[in-house]
Amino acid sequence: MKLSQVQQLLDAKILTGQEYIDESVDEACGCDLMSDVLRYAKENGVLLTGLVNIQVLNTADMANMHSIVFVRNKQPTSQILDMADDIGMLVMQTSLPMFQACGILYQNGLRGAKPKEDPNGL
Amino acid sequence: MGYNMTFDVESGDFATAGQASRKIKKKLQDLGISSKIIRRIAIAGYEGEMNLAIHSDGGQILLDAEPGVITLRLEDTGPGIGNVDLAMTEGWSTASDSVREMGFGAGMGLPNMRNNADGFEITSRPGVGTKIKMTFDL
Ligand SMILES: Nc1ncnc2c1ncn2[C@@H]1O[C@H](COP(=O)(O)OP(=O)(O)O)[C@@H](O)[C@H]1O
Ligand SMILES: [Mg+2]
Repeated sequence: MKLSQVQQLLDAKILTGQEYIDESVDEACGCDLMSDVLRYAKENGVLLTGLVNIQVLNTADMANMHSIVFVRNKQPTSQILDMADDIGMLVMQTSLPMFQACGILYQNGLRGAKPKEDPNGL
Repeated sequence: MGYNMTFDVESGDFATAGQASRKIKKKLQDLGISSKIIRRIAIAGYEGEMNLAIHSDGGQILLDAEPGVITLRLEDTGPGIGNVDLAMTEGWSTASDSVREMGFGAGMGLPNMRNNADGFEITSRPGVGTKIKMTFDL
């Protein structure tokens, strides 16, 4: 799914990284637990989270995820947005809560990592 | 190749934790290593870096890139781990609520480091410190 479609479906505001809006993601991960993201998320997915701190960016970056959606209008600081800009990440913000945001993306065809699948193929 | 680098990780510094792993990731990209392997190293290194910041009194990450193998060493000066088998168990954590609020402290870090590395060794002595050696075959 294209990030432009993610933005439309979630009626999201782009906070930084507009230039990546035409890129695609393979899956989505809705999570506030960063260790779970690092364990289960696959690369090139979009991370939906209600957690706002610098480690969310580090987590997505280390897992090769290049886009983040902050749900329920969580507002990242300018320091976080500057860092996202540095890394080359698209960050958006939706007023939808996590469950609804994930539900809408799922309904429109986006999927997540399968429970028993190992993202690193180990 | 043949390249090494050392990074200091301060205890309790959540704002800067993650910087060493980002630098390591960039360096490995410069060395032309495949992105699948870099991802495993970045994830394992970052969980290790967070552990140094969260649980240790401060320590270092040592990166060693040689033909055929990348080695990451995480070494700290305390407090050490009383029961390493327990620490390696998925879900076991001594992290505080404030660490959990940051998205860590689920007790998944050490098991995930072991999963991502091709070789994983941990030694720890209470009062002395913890040493972890991870190798990644290229
Ligand atoms: N470098 C370290 N120094 C001291 N204790 C550590 C260190 N790394 C890990 N631990 C201990 O092992 C436990 C499990 O670590 P980990 O699997 O990364 O989970 P988490 O960091 O989420 O607690 C930690 O809660 C902590 O008690
Ligand atoms: Mg940990």
